[in-house]
Amino acid sequence: MDLIQIRGGNLVDHESDSQRTQYCRFDVVAFGSVVVVGGGGCWLNQSVMGLAESCKLTYIVGGSAYLPCVERLVMRKDLCLIVRYPYVTGTSVIGIKYKDGILIAADMGGSYGSTIRYKSVERIKPIGKHSLLGASGEISDFQEILRNLDELILYDNMWDDGNTLGPKEVHNYLTRMMYNRRNKFNPLWNSLVLGGVKNGQKYLGTVSMIGVHYEDNHVATGFGNHLAKPILRDEWHEDLSFEDGVRLLEKCMRVLLYRDRSAVNKLQIAKLTEEGVTVSPPYALKTHWEFNSFKNPSAGAEGSW
Amino acid sequence: MFRNQYDTDVTTWSPAGRLFQVEYAMEAVKQGSAAIGLRSKTHVVLGCVNKAQSELSSHQKKIFKVDDHIGVAIAGLTADGRVLSKYMRNECINYGFGYEGKLPVGRLVVQLADKAQVCTQRSWKRPYGVGLLVGGLDESGAHLYYNCPSGNYFEYQAFAIGSRSQAAKTYLERKFETFTDASKDELIRHAIFAIKETLQGEKLTSSTCTIAVLGVGEPFHILNQQAIEELIKSFEIAEEEPAADEPDAAPEVEQPAAGDQAAPPADEGAAPMEI
Repeated sequence: MDLIQIRGGNLVDHESDSQRTQYCRFDVVAFGSVVVVGGGGCWLNQSVMGLAESCKLTYIVGGSAYLPCVERLVMRKDLCLIVRYPYVTGTSVIGIKYKDGILIAADMGGSYGSTIRYKSVERIKPIGKHSLLGASGEISDFQEILRNLDELILYDNMWDDGNTLGPKEVHNYLTRMMYNRRNKFNPLWNSLVLGGVKNGQKYLGTVSMIGVHYEDNHVATGFGNHLAKPILRDEWHEDLSFEDGVRLLEKCMRVLLYRDRSAVNKLQIAKLTEEGVTVSPPYALKTHWEFNSFKNPSAGAEGSW
Repeated sequence: MFRNQYDTDVTTWSPAGRLFQVEYAMEAVKQGSAAIGLRSKTHVVLGCVNKAQSELSSHQKKIFKVDDHIGVAIAGLTADGRVLSKYMRNECINYGFGYEGKLPVGRLVVQLADKAQVCTQRSWKRPYGVGLLVGGLDESGAHLYYNCPSGNYFEYQAFAIGSRSQAAKTYLERKFETFTDASKDELIRHAIFAIKETLQGEKLTSSTCTIAVLGVGEPFHILNQQAIEELIKSFEIAEEEPAADEPDAAPEVEQPAAGDQAAPPADEGAAPMEI
């Protein structure tokens, strides 16, 4: 079985098309019965898939496809299914309910791959009067979400009729937004934490980039799911005081700081109660590195350089 | 109301600054059989007089559930009313899907009014010939609105529309100050009496009227005939109380045949615009 990678993804503006539809040209060369079509993160469009089906397609994995012999293809960009990749990302967000409302914690790092490129990214923002939104994942998509929500809240305020969108409504709206984008193979690459208080009712929920959504007393995204959730399951209880809540969040953030490579030691904790929102100024956690194993690093493997 | 050269289409103003087509549409509302609505802080009650085309047919449906927290009673062209109820139901469902909350009735009413306004400013459309009494709940409590074919909407403590609604309005005007803090049962009682006023001598039975209730913790529902029959009976026994207020309590005595045939032939949808 021969596998050939195709160079492709060149955008060609088809001049004869009055609407200037953009086309992707994929040079597809096949030896034998299997061909890999790739490049630019593009998936196959429907006509290719149709052709593939008629030629006994095996399966599609990630951005590649296994196809029998196919000739030069010209695909319309707007028919191309794209699942992009994130570029500048934020790491975990943790949220908990406490006695008076909601606490959400997130660090201020924006990683560019494995580089910690930005260290003052605010990843928690208030939404309207009643909600807080924290996001991990692609920062530019988070900014896009904030723009959408800004418009939503604006129209809500313009009614000026005493009714306001509460955290439940915002959470549901976000779920619809994320799910619909996912269905178009063009997701907003974020995991969101949405918390709020309205009329004494506390609300805390999360939405992932594929539209998975649920509410709970404590939620976390990314690495927080693996490192922070177990701590929260053991130590969260109803009616935490503000101090206990912050202490719990700091405990989780400290574990993340030690163990998540994309965490930075500069975090914000946001509080939301019936009275309003407060986002703390950035601060750092105290860490302890005085472990014996760190003291003499070359003890186990002496080297000359 | 008289025919004149400015009433041919809705996009023609009269020199006096009137849109006659819109006013004629509001006449259609006045020709329909009565619908009333009243509200307290926590409940809304809608009621209507059941009009049947003939003795053989069933009566027109004039009260519609729009959502658990919104209901509407109509008077006028019931077909237009049905179509608008479908629009309202759609809006509530879409809001529920996108926001998982209840569409505030105040916003629905504005959307409805804007929809009606469009029909007053397009030469290829005509105004909706139906008046809607929209009762619903939102964050600030129970509300009752009246939507007009002109595209206006007003909020009311209590209101009545349709034929002989003035009698009901007179009764409601006398009593409305007690409505805000009234209990649900008191509201229903006032609703039944208001409907009785519009019947003006005809027998009030559970088959001639429909009552619907919605409130805090109580989704919209239409009271069943038996419940209404019992309420009517209990009010007839306690006739002394209302008799003190209403000087015309005497004609409660049966005048079945005379009363029914005396009903105006202007049934919803049956009477054209001609005057």
